[in-house]
Amino acid sequence: MAVPPPEHPEFLWRNPEPKSSYDVVIVGGGGHGLTTAYYLAAHHGITNVAVVERGWLAGGNMARNTAIIRSNYLWDESAAIYEQSLKLWEQLPEELDYDFLFSQRGVLNLAHTLGDVRESRRRVEANRLNGVDAEWLTPEEVEEVCPIINTGDDIRYPIMGATYQPRAGIAKHDHVAWALARRCDELGVDLIQNCEVTGFVKDGERVVGVETTQGRIHAGKVGLAAAGHSSQVAEMAGVQLPIQSHPLQALVSELFEPVHPTVVMSNHVHVYVSQAHKGELVLGAGIDQYVGYGQRGGFHVIEDQMAAAVELFPMFGRAHVLRTWGGVVDTTLDASPIISKTPVDQLYVNCGWGTGGFKGTPASGMTFAHTIAHDEPHPLNVPFSLERFETGFLIDEHGAAGVAH
Amino acid sequence: MMLIPCPHCGPRNETEFAYGGQAHVSYPEDPHALDDAAWARHLFYRENPKGLFAERWVHSAGCRRWFNAVRNTITYEVQSVEPIGPRPPGGRPAESTTSEGGHA
Ligand SMILES: Cc1cc2nc3c(=O)[nH]c(=O)nc-3n(C[C@H](O)[C@H](O)[C@H](O)COP(=O)(O)OP(=O)(O)OC[C@H]3O[C@@H](n4cnc5c(N)ncnc54)[C@H](O)[C@@H]3O)c2cc1C
Ligand SMILES: [Zn+2]
Repeated sequence: MAVPPPEHPEFLWRNPEPKSSYDVVIVGGGGHGLTTAYYLAAHHGITNVAVVERGWLAGGNMARNTAIIRSNYLWDESAAIYEQSLKLWEQLPEELDYDFLFSQRGVLNLAHTLGDVRESRRRVEANRLNGVDAEWLTPEEVEEVCPIINTGDDIRYPIMGATYQPRAGIAKHDHVAWALARRCDELGVDLIQNCEVTGFVKDGERVVGVETTQGRIHAGKVGLAAAGHSSQVAEMAGVQLPIQSHPLQALVSELFEPVHPTVVMSNHVHVYVSQAHKGELVLGAGIDQYVGYGQRGGFHVIEDQMAAAVELFPMFGRAHVLRTWGGVVDTTLDASPIISKTPVDQLYVNCGWGTGGFKGTPASGMTFAHTIAHDEPHPLNVPFSLERFETGFLIDEHGAAGVAH
Repeated sequence: MMLIPCPHCGPRNETEFAYGGQAHVSYPEDPHALDDAAWARHLFYRENPKGLFAERWVHSAGCRRWFNAVRNTITYEVQSVEPIGPRPPGGRPAESTTSEGGHA
């Protein structure tokens, strides 16, 4: 902690004019669009690729999230894809030759009720069967991992224990985007900013290009990675998605000396806290309840999460809120993502990561690139198809994804 | 924090309300006639507009009654509210009753 972030050169990528046609056009220049382009170019040899972004690269959720990375999800399908993602995080700094401060400082998911305890212990066992590092900690053990947390029983919801995933952690999200953008650019991918997709060009049931604010771009295949705006974009292609977009907020305090050694999350009192490398406390909570695209939410949500944080960490009582902000997150009813072919040929969709897609960025790109390159899913994203809403094979991760993260 | 005009109680803080999502999603008239795709539509697919949205709210810490609202999902401004009823508020959001009109 408190290590200065690495210096970076003035320009990490070109800003090319769009060509008239590409083999693949990716819509959305957040983390998922960028990793998809990276894996297409680096692992599938498809380098005639454009990423078109309405605003600036990583101006959406990619640089708004609280950067928590973990893989302790309940169901086999989720554990498989999130654990693959964690393994990719472990190798990406070297692969991209960029130190984006991936710090495996562990995550504690607190239990405050008997129900929490049962659910958490079950999740630990499920995680272990899936090769995910997970332990159940008593309150005393919680205190050893995180001495500043209040494990006393004089609070409204005393800590009854926690799950612990030592390999979890955080990374510097904007640097992750830059690392990916630089490498994509080196591999020949065109990153085109200020280029909003406004429509699709179709030939019968097949998509053959996109209309953009910088003109028509022909495309062999089109991959959507538009996060909170996935419904709007897909609808222009005639595809409906089972997505509801909600505001999700976060906040940071002023800078402090390193005091908080890990990441702490609590579904029950609804807050999560880590301390960034620079020293600010990073706090988040749940979504605002309504559909919203305003990139802002209600202050009462922030008040509630602060109250919870101060009860868990009495020493934060005199910290100040420096900044709050919001993003637009694309939630599904089973709290699991969609990485899938669509009813339109050569049109693919990657969305529904909701409150927790930063951790999934590498595996999202890897599996989506595979789906696009081969016109069929990678084994890891077979369960995450659009069809699951028809077959009923939902992957309900509300427990593991309960607090937004 | 939004100020939501309950049609029965008048303007109250958002914290008194719970959200009910898209308004006027009715149970299929003949459930047996639906195939899997149609059930998926009914259960999992909801409108997600950027702009005006006809939606349901319940004044859970007040009169505890459900009502319909038309709200702008970008500005979060509530354009109109009306008591629950057969008329789809989303039909023509721009022309539905204003919040004052809905206070009856
Ligand atoms: C406050 C907050 C905290 C979070 N905390 C965590 C966390 O701790 N851990 C975690 O794992 N996840 C977290 N998340 C979730 C995570 O940030 C998202 O799931 C993930 O970033 C989504 O993928 P993305 O990076 O590609 O999205 P984005 O960065 O949002 O990328 C989508 C891009 O598509 C662009 N776009 C939209 N429409 C168009 C169009 N018509 N044409 C062209 N471009 C378009 C947008 O401008 C945007 O840049 C958090 C999210 C928020 C908001
Ligand atoms: Zn009322």
